[in-house]
Amino acid sequence: MPFPLLTAITFMPLLAGIIILLVPKNRTGLIKGIATAATGIVLVLSILMLTGFDYNSSAMQFSENLSWIPQVNINYHLGVDGISIGLIFLTALLGFLACVGSYGIKERQKEYYFLYLLLNTGMLGTFLALDLFLFYVFWEVVLVPMYFLIGIWGGPRKEYAAIKFFIYTLAGSVFMLLSILALYFASQPHTFNMLELASGNCGVFAKGFQIIVFAGFYLGFAIKVPVFPFHTWLPDAHVEAPTPISVLLAGVLLKMGGYGFFRISYPILKDAAIYFALPFAILGLINIVYGAFVAMAQTDFKKMVAYSSVSHMGFVMLGLASMTITGFNGALLQMFNHGIITGGLFLLVGVLYDRAHTRDIDKFGGLGAKMPVYAGVLTVFTLASLGLPGLSGFVSEFMSLMGGFISFRLITAISVLGIVITAGYFLYMIQRVLLGPLNNAWTGISDINKRELFTLVPLMAVVIAIGVYPLMILNYQSAAIAKLIQDIGGLLL
Amino acid sequence: MVKYAHLIPLFPFIAFAINILFGRRLKKASAVISITASTISLAIAAVTYAGFLKGGGSYAVGRWLSFGGIPLDFGVTVDGLSCMMLMVVTIVGTLIQVYSVGYMHDDKRFSRFFAYLSLFMGSMLGLLLSDNFVMLYIFWEGVGLCSYLLISFWFERPAAAKAGMKAFITTRIGDTGLLIGILLLFFSAKTLYFRDLGHLGINDALLTVIALLIFCGAVGKSAQFPLHVWLPDAMEGPTPVSALIHAATMVAAGVYLVARTYGLFIAHHGALIWVAYIGAITALMAATIATVNNDIKRILAYSTISQLGLMMLALGVGGYEGGTFHLMTHAFFKALLFLCAGSVIHAVHTQDIFKMGGLLGKMKVTGWTFIIGSLAIAGVPPLSGFWSKDEMLSEILREGHPFLFAIAVITSLLTAFYMFRLIFVVLFGKPRSELHAHESPAVMTIPLAVLAVFSVFAGFFKPVKVEYFMLGVSMFIVIGGIGTAYVFYILGNKVLPASVRSKFSFLYKIILNKYYIDEIYEAALIRPCMSLAKFAASFDLRFVDGAVNLTAYLSMIAGRIQSWFDKYIVDGAVNMVANITWLCSAVFRRLQTGFIQNYILIAFLGLAIMILIKLIGGY
Repeated sequence: MPFPLLTAITFMPLLAGIIILLVPKNRTGLIKGIATAATGIVLVLSILMLTGFDYNSSAMQFSENLSWIPQVNINYHLGVDGISIGLIFLTALLGFLACVGSYGIKERQKEYYFLYLLLNTGMLGTFLALDLFLFYVFWEVVLVPMYFLIGIWGGPRKEYAAIKFFIYTLAGSVFMLLSILALYFASQPHTFNMLELASGNCGVFAKGFQIIVFAGFYLGFAIKVPVFPFHTWLPDAHVEAPTPISVLLAGVLLKMGGYGFFRISYPILKDAAIYFALPFAILGLINIVYGAFVAMAQTDFKKMVAYSSVSHMGFVMLGLASMTITGFNGALLQMFNHGIITGGLFLLVGVLYDRAHTRDIDKFGGLGAKMPVYAGVLTVFTLASLGLPGLSGFVSEFMSLMGGFISFRLITAISVLGIVITAGYFLYMIQRVLLGPLNNAWTGISDINKRELFTLVPLMAVVIAIGVYPLMILNYQSAAIAKLIQDIGGLLL
Repeated sequence: MVKYAHLIPLFPFIAFAINILFGRRLKKASAVISITASTISLAIAAVTYAGFLKGGGSYAVGRWLSFGGIPLDFGVTVDGLSCMMLMVVTIVGTLIQVYSVGYMHDDKRFSRFFAYLSLFMGSMLGLLLSDNFVMLYIFWEGVGLCSYLLISFWFERPAAAKAGMKAFITTRIGDTGLLIGILLLFFSAKTLYFRDLGHLGINDALLTVIALLIFCGAVGKSAQFPLHVWLPDAMEGPTPVSALIHAATMVAAGVYLVARTYGLFIAHHGALIWVAYIGAITALMAATIATVNNDIKRILAYSTISQLGLMMLALGVGGYEGGTFHLMTHAFFKALLFLCAGSVIHAVHTQDIFKMGGLLGKMKVTGWTFIIGSLAIAGVPPLSGFWSKDEMLSEILREGHPFLFAIAVITSLLTAFYMFRLIFVVLFGKPRSELHAHESPAVMTIPLAVLAVFSVFAGFFKPVKVEYFMLGVSMFIVIGGIGTAYVFYILGNKVLPASVRSKFSFLYKIILNKYYIDEIYEAALIRPCMSLAKFAASFDLRFVDGAVNLTAYLSMIAGRIQSWFDKYIVDGAVNMVANITWLCSAVFRRLQTGFIQNYILIAFLGLAIMILIKLIGGY
């Protein structure tokens, strides 16, 4: 039996978490060390996975399939293909960097790192599971530590935000569970295997049935993405969550919803996917433009970035709706890029908040003179987020638009206007925070330190590398996307 | 030897990387790095030009992306247009960087400045070499970014910070059109390469729309009406930036784009005529504003807008040769004019021309090169501006547009007037305030001299046949414009009686306020947009989030009702059953006394009832 790489990736954080439980709680240095080492190992393993991955193949790789509950045909089935590999690397990278970014947390560290690591296992498992039941388990595993991480280490309204997040997501996943069960009982023989369900070997589902099941999954996934009008948990959760948790929330958790569409909804429920293409495009448009307008009016830096996420995830919806190879590639890449860019932006907001203890954009001004390095890094991430060519965000937005344009001309053309608004609110933010005369309140503010820079430089490198040479990552996903489009009968454009 | 062309943008990019990462340690040495990189680019551009003349051409470099089945390889375009512009950009760019060493010598962000300049050079050269829309768009936004960074380079000044943002967003509005145009083109013609534009094989209204959308990008970048508002404000940037980016190179990119995609425009006259009229409106409008402005840099900025409008006008009537020719000559003399203005500002520390005066005596090199530049832009033969303007005017007339020709002539007349208004006020007469003017150092004056040489001779690069009628028109323009300026500003405006002047004060006020276009935008676009944002945010908070909270609240109430129901009805029912049982048991317990007599009595009673029933029922 080959080395179970995917199991190692998934459960390394949990293992470390259990070890941390055995460590006395005053040994904080050791606790941090264990957590950092575990997430670091996951990152190294995920890089090994990248190097060992054959990107000409659209099949599942590094698969592991063991029987778990044979009575109901539930398997411990993991695997990675072009659709999940980028997201796993993203999770591993952000998991490691946000762990380093967590050193600033000073209270109840033992519990914090345990929950943090548990969260990591849940996220990685969600992207790796190929059995619907297993997927559901990991999906719910994510929920619980997140609830406590926001509710205990969060800001002033942490209880409200945590409960809102928890109940909202749980409500969605109930519908998802119903859909999973519906698929199980409709398939012949009964199975939870996503690949089997998608292949059509277990029977072809009627269109009406598909539409209902699709709607159930949709509620689960759309709340996570989040798609308008299910997005309002996001700003609250983001604002209250501690910085590293915001990073994972925006960077990874939102992607679980999008990933669900790619892995479950679209391949298994093809007819329904086609049926819902137009609503998806419209929702994408609303997300893009509406999210951008709401972001423009925010004065809380973190809330602005949160709404910018709503706007950016709209491109994922638009790309999906297009049913084209270009659009799908764009949508998937957009998830990855958004994770990196917004993760970076949340880290940057955190850097500022740690020094100023405020996030009110209007209270800053002229920081560029006192914090030149910070200003440079913030500018790069901002430009990436507003889709400046040469940086990663542009490539995926452009591809999503391009794909979208083939299927929905008018909707896409209006979506493009979102780009102008995005440029507007981001530059307005830069102007109020970094430019202008220095606000006297911040004459003693210190520039970004080495640890903070350490968490940002890798992200910045990825942003620039993908922007300059996007094939670097597109190569990984294109074979799987091409097969998916072929299977669901989309346009090979 | 064209095969090194793709290396031209590379060296400035390397210089950027070095300067941005190690700038603080390099200090003044960063200028050396940037200038060296730029010089290497100049050398390769010259080699490429030579190779092109020997018959070299475009070639592919590598794959960048693929859209579904359609790969996007990037390559470089090597043709007459790109070679000409490569030479212009590298020559002007190198000279301006040399000049900047003097101009920026005591700036605290010296190395950052050169880093940005190198980034700009790389992006601009990449833009010129692009052979497809996507690469062009990337570099197009790249130069826009540099423009943003350099306009707000002195970001401590709120005006500079604001101007940078205005420039970026205004041009982005145009870029949105360009982006949609690119998407439409890909969608309808399945190609993104410039080389395919001449023979797309489809000839429908869609292509006219595509051409117009592409032109939107050019309107934003080249500061054409109605997106011209950012360029005058962009003068908040350091003067070498104004010279390089906002006069000679980047703003010319819009004209370059139209020229580059000319195959598409020429096949669709419906789009082409828009180019001509937008150009004409811009040219005339900006020229009129330039005649009343008092800020030395803003006069030149409006002049740039106006000249770019003329180029668009020429291209729009089919005058490709004249339009692109003027693109080149304008780059030289306008860069020269801006650098002269910079040298003046460097010396007197004001931008108001009516605070200057009599500077020619104190600043010989600057003054004379300033005059040469002005003569060139006014179109005095045989300076470069004469040849290109002459070519444009004759093309406009030849293509049969007498009305547009008249606009072009009036614009040229105004050009000669406002330039010499500037010259007479700044360089001649008596100093109007206490200014301790001095000539700038050699590092600044040598680039002036070199650019002056180009401004004089650049017109000879292209042989033009002079028609006598056009020569007459040109002489009329020159003498009329300069003469009027002389009358007004040297003789002291005694010719026109005050009553005549006062009649035009209304018009004067409108022009002085730049036709109120900024104010209109503020009221019609910016404020509504901000209100919409505020409305969306409160909608989100009140309604969308309100609905969520309402659901939560209703669930809580439902929970309370349910708990009441549970307590009193459901639980009540259970308790009632229990109570009834208890009641029954209380009754029946009485029966079970344990005395045998009672049991017998009950048995007898039962028997008696059965007999009674039997008797009554009769069976």
